[in-house]
Amino acid sequence: MTDSTTIPQAPPQDDVPSRKLMVTLAGAGAVAGLMIVFVYGWTQPTIKAYKARMLAAAVQEVLRMPASYDTLYVHQGRLVDQLPDGVSAADLEAVYLGYDADGSRIGFAIAAGEPGFQDIIGLIFGYDHNDGKVLGMKVLESKETPGLGDKIEKDADFVGQFEGALIPLLGVKARNASGDPHEIDMITGATISSRTIIRTINNAIERFGPMFDAYYEGTGP
Amino acid sequence: MGDLIWILLSAMVVNNFTLALFLGLCPFMGVSARVETALRMGAANVFVLTVTSLSAWFLNTFVLPYAPYLRLISFIVVIASLVQIVEIVIKKVSPALFRQLGIFLPLITTNCAILGLAIFQTNRGYGLLEGLFFAVGAGLGLTLALVLMASIRENTELSSVPELAKGMALVLIIAGSLSLAFMGFAGLLSSS
Amino acid sequence: MRQTTPQMDFLRGIWRENPVLIQMLGLCPALAVTNTVANSIAMGVATFFVLLGSSLLVSTFKRWVPHEVRISTYVLIIATFVTIADMLLEAVVPTVHKALGAFVGLIVVNCMILSRQEAFASKQPIGRSLLDAAGTGFGFILALLMMGAVREVLGNGTFLGISLFGPNFEPWVIMILPPGGFLTLGLWLLVLSWIQRRRAESAKVADWPAGVAQRRAA
Repeated sequence: MTDSTTIPQAPPQDDVPSRKLMVTLAGAGAVAGLMIVFVYGWTQPTIKAYKARMLAAAVQEVLRMPASYDTLYVHQGRLVDQLPDGVSAADLEAVYLGYDADGSRIGFAIAAGEPGFQDIIGLIFGYDHNDGKVLGMKVLESKETPGLGDKIEKDADFVGQFEGALIPLLGVKARNASGDPHEIDMITGATISSRTIIRTINNAIERFGPMFDAYYEGTGP
Repeated sequence: MGDLIWILLSAMVVNNFTLALFLGLCPFMGVSARVETALRMGAANVFVLTVTSLSAWFLNTFVLPYAPYLRLISFIVVIASLVQIVEIVIKKVSPALFRQLGIFLPLITTNCAILGLAIFQTNRGYGLLEGLFFAVGAGLGLTLALVLMASIRENTELSSVPELAKGMALVLIIAGSLSLAFMGFAGLLSSS
Repeated sequence: MRQTTPQMDFLRGIWRENPVLIQMLGLCPALAVTNTVANSIAMGVATFFVLLGSSLLVSTFKRWVPHEVRISTYVLIIATFVTIADMLLEAVVPTVHKALGAFVGLIVVNCMILSRQEAFASKQPIGRSLLDAAGTGFGFILALLMMGAVREVLGNGTFLGISLFGPNFEPWVIMILPPGGFLTLGLWLLVLSWIQRRRAESAKVADWPAGVAQRRAA
């Protein structure tokens, strides 16, 4: 561009009608919309199937392989198995009720989360409401420190203790453990993360316990 | 209320936007040479983040349930236009305030912190009030990081730094140390 | 503007004008998601795709986009490609998508992409724009890999998940945490400016009269 008479990209002065600007943006928007809708339609089934598979796997794990499970929604402080009219499933919290091969209830799988050392720790756990005991626990989401706090999901000994532990859970240091079924040995160096998990489960049961009672009363054993 | 305070403090220090999530790095690297400028930039950030949080909440509640795939596009278009409108209004209503914040507003709109706030707020399912506390916390966190950085940089100007490290390398290593210091805030908010 | 050859359009972005290491653009993803090599590759490839797609469209339609709305149009195009990349990642590699989290969406505000549209694709023919985008994209992937490799090897003792040092290695955890991002990039910049200075000095030596250089070398 050594030729001084041609200025590259001379800014047009008021000679572009605003209609043309609108048309350009609308055109670009339309093309963008078309492309996105096309890819959305193509990928969405795969994404939904994957999410459903992950959820099913987590429920299977914490309820110790139920034969089947139902989704129950929390609506106005009660558990309902049918979605109320005009309410979408995305707006409601849900718990999952698992059954064994004979059709009797194993327990509920509940997802919950509370602030840990770094950020919210999200988990799902299985809970047998008849015996008041935890069936299993799986951390779904955590940003705890690698090597310390992340043992809450990677340390098999820690995770294993939740199976069969009674509510309310009580966190203890390993050397003070007395064998009480309420006790959970906390991880050395990750006390806050361990406590967060225990607190999350206790708080969730405190909140859902009455709903489970009401649901069992309403539907028989 | 406890939850709201947690959201505010978490966004401000524990998960500081700049030092832990790397959002808003452009102003952090570029504008943080003077404390005075850093403060104004921070104030403008708090303001834009709050507007963003409001518009993201509005879009999430009333528009996006019908077209989830338009999330990113609508966030960026709506936020950019809204900030521009607000800028015009401020210019008209309070020229003094405009002089304080004015030049920073358009700069901030294309900053990752803004879109980041909208996306995080959506991913975590925050409501209106939670979103506002999150935005103010994030804005204060950005301001804090900017001011700290600026005061350290004002001091390094007078000290003798090895020729090799001058410029961005030094800024990044200072940022790394600040980020390390901010890790000390982790665990602050766990209530037990 | 200086005339450039197609090879230069392509090669420039990879090293000499590397978007991250030299121009300091796109720092947010370069620091945030490079704690493992796998994440670095995924983010690099996603950004590469968005950059190439946007440059293609911008360069194709540059004739019809009025000057006043060009930035808005570019942003719209970029946001479209990011949305597509986001959905494709989620469908094809859901675990990586989860690890990258919100940072996939944040590709929209990666200044590197917008700067290539404004500086190159909006003025040059399609082929050249694609070359330029590919070069810049490869440069970005390279920078991310340099970050990811150092951070994963030091911070976790692994490369792409494969253990390197055996079970006795005590990982330097801080490298995969946020401070490690800042420190690694800072150290890379130090190394690069050291190499640059060495080059400049040896160039000076070459300019000296033959006798001086020989005496110096001896």
